[in-house]
Amino acid sequence: MMDYGTLLQILDSTLRLATPLLLACLAGLYSERSGVFDIGLEGKMLTAAMCAGAVAYYTGSAWAGALAGIGGSLVFALIHGVTSITFRGNQLIAGVALNFLASGITVLTAQSLFGQGGRTPPLTGAARFGELTLPFAEALRPVPVIGPLYADVISGHSILVYAAFVIVALTWWVLYRTRYGLRLRAVGENPAAVDTAGVSVNRLRFSAVMITGVLCGLAGAYMATALQAGFGKEMTAGRGYIALAALIFAKWRPVQAMGACLLFGFFQALALRPDVVERVVHMKVPVPFLDALPYILTVLVLAGFVGKAIPPRAGGEPYVKER
Amino acid sequence: MDRLPRWADVALVPLVSLTLAAIISALVIIAIGQDPWEAITVMVEGSVMNAYGWGYTLYYATSFIFTGLAVTVAFHAGLFNIGGEGQAQLGGLGVALAVLFIPWPHWTLALLGASVGAALFGAAWAAIPAYLQAKRGSHIVITTIMFNYIAASLMIYMLVDVLRPPGKMDPATANFPPQAHLPRFNEIPGVNLIFETKVPANVTFFIALAMAVVVWLLLWRTRLGYQIRAFGKSESAARYAGINPTRIIMIAMLISGGLAGLMAINNVMGEAERLLGNSASGAGFIGIAVALMGRNHPVGVVLAALLFGFLFQGGAELGLWTKIPIELRTVVQGLVILFTGALDVMVRMLLTRIFALFRQPKLEAA
Repeated sequence: MMDYGTLLQILDSTLRLATPLLLACLAGLYSERSGVFDIGLEGKMLTAAMCAGAVAYYTGSAWAGALAGIGGSLVFALIHGVTSITFRGNQLIAGVALNFLASGITVLTAQSLFGQGGRTPPLTGAARFGELTLPFAEALRPVPVIGPLYADVISGHSILVYAAFVIVALTWWVLYRTRYGLRLRAVGENPAAVDTAGVSVNRLRFSAVMITGVLCGLAGAYMATALQAGFGKEMTAGRGYIALAALIFAKWRPVQAMGACLLFGFFQALALRPDVVERVVHMKVPVPFLDALPYILTVLVLAGFVGKAIPPRAGGEPYVKER
Repeated sequence: MDRLPRWADVALVPLVSLTLAAIISALVIIAIGQDPWEAITVMVEGSVMNAYGWGYTLYYATSFIFTGLAVTVAFHAGLFNIGGEGQAQLGGLGVALAVLFIPWPHWTLALLGASVGAALFGAAWAAIPAYLQAKRGSHIVITTIMFNYIAASLMIYMLVDVLRPPGKMDPATANFPPQAHLPRFNEIPGVNLIFETKVPANVTFFIALAMAVVVWLLLWRTRLGYQIRAFGKSESAARYAGINPTRIIMIAMLISGGLAGLMAINNVMGEAERLLGNSASGAGFIGIAVALMGRNHPVGVVLAALLFGFLFQGGAELGLWTKIPIELRTVVQGLVILFTGALDVMVRMLLTRIFALFRQPKLEAA
């Protein structure tokens, strides 16, 4: 079996690894709930990571880096919005295009700025988000079971980790308790009804796509300035797609999205510790299988074997007023 | 909105899209402090100005014809198959198993066997997303994306834990036997008069061209092709006409996956002569750009594949001889997909306006 210390270590890296997934997943939630499919989360994250890494290096401030990350991601969100809302282009193809664009342009930019093979120089000190020690972490450590859990797992993360969980609550509140949230959900299901009520479908969808940009920006900034120390080529490594998978797994709901991202983050944490997995299940589990688990689970959910995932009804369809 | 003349729709729209992508790429090159004119010179010289360059350009184009056709067939059935990358990797597995475990007496037979293996494995990898789309309504775009990642993990497992020869460190299969060696352009009598040095382009190129003809015949000259296109245009109309949606989705995706898988005879059997990790190296995704650029027609796909072959070989030359990173080709690829696939409405609106300007005086004269 696994001892308590090892479990805490794995839970600790679960939180670290789940955070970028969670931020990107919530990002996708806004866009997709408004009826704009976004498979370009990966590209936005990657762009944000590069901008954050570069600006944090120049300014020495992680906060400036985060702002730059949000800015970079917003540019991509704007292109996505103009393409799929204004010009009613194919949202899926636009997402694919933006992912390639991001994959290439981040390396080109980083290479021309730093000449280090497409990565930013390593970040140190205030250029990275430091680890926060929550109040009473050391005082509570002697308390059995809960003490170490609080001190080693809950405490000691960067501020963006805590922000991600606050944004879950915020998103729930916005989505289910505000007029904006009601309209957002409505425009993804039946844009004509929203239009009839005198609300601009396009403006609403644009706002959602921009929120997606901001949250993907945070996700990317977290990757470059907190989880790792700087931007590296293709550093998001498919996390945008795992976030998309989590969003489907959660059936486009914020609290469930948190659960899905924690689960997928847990898988990622396990994939880093194959020795622990082997000890627990008493057989050798191939690491690639653990890597593939989030995708396999998502396919099972999509297939309707684990509940049915029904996307927002108007998702993927550009809204044409005169129809 | 006025309609564009047919020639403009077929030729001008992709051309304008391509020009826009080229202009933005040039701006990107300027932005990183390099010279776009130097870039295009290096690209042209390294890819189409000599036989050696063509040997690489055509090798890349061969892979892209397969994956472009794969995306095209699925598109005509109204399905967006993003899974070409995974299907091509599985095709590589099919090739490796067929070549390594069956003693073929001659390369022609080995090619036949490997093609069957590649197509079967590629089709099988497309079959599950197809079935889930047809029977359970799972969105094929999402499932094929997931299957790309599952394929990547599966291939790592196969290469590291199953197919790696004992005692070897790198995750790859053993080398294929010499009987399975496909003639390259420099080894084919007649063709070797042009290609004197060793190039990766091989006989698979001709199979790719043949497949383009087959896909054209299938889509526009057979009952099945008509059903696929009818289903893609309007599912409800097709259903009303007695076309079975499940059957069409399954068949279209099996053909699509098979074509993507077939790519592996070019890169795995024809070039590497063993199965390496990440064997498809992005060609599956480039198929999307090729199909969009080629307007989902086999002739267009072949032309677009040549263009991307040029871009790939030229991009590699850029990485060698200039300070422009090789990743520029990913940027161009993204821009081409953006303009030809997602912003074609914008290009069309632009062109319609321009055409209207020229038409106005005629109307007044009448």
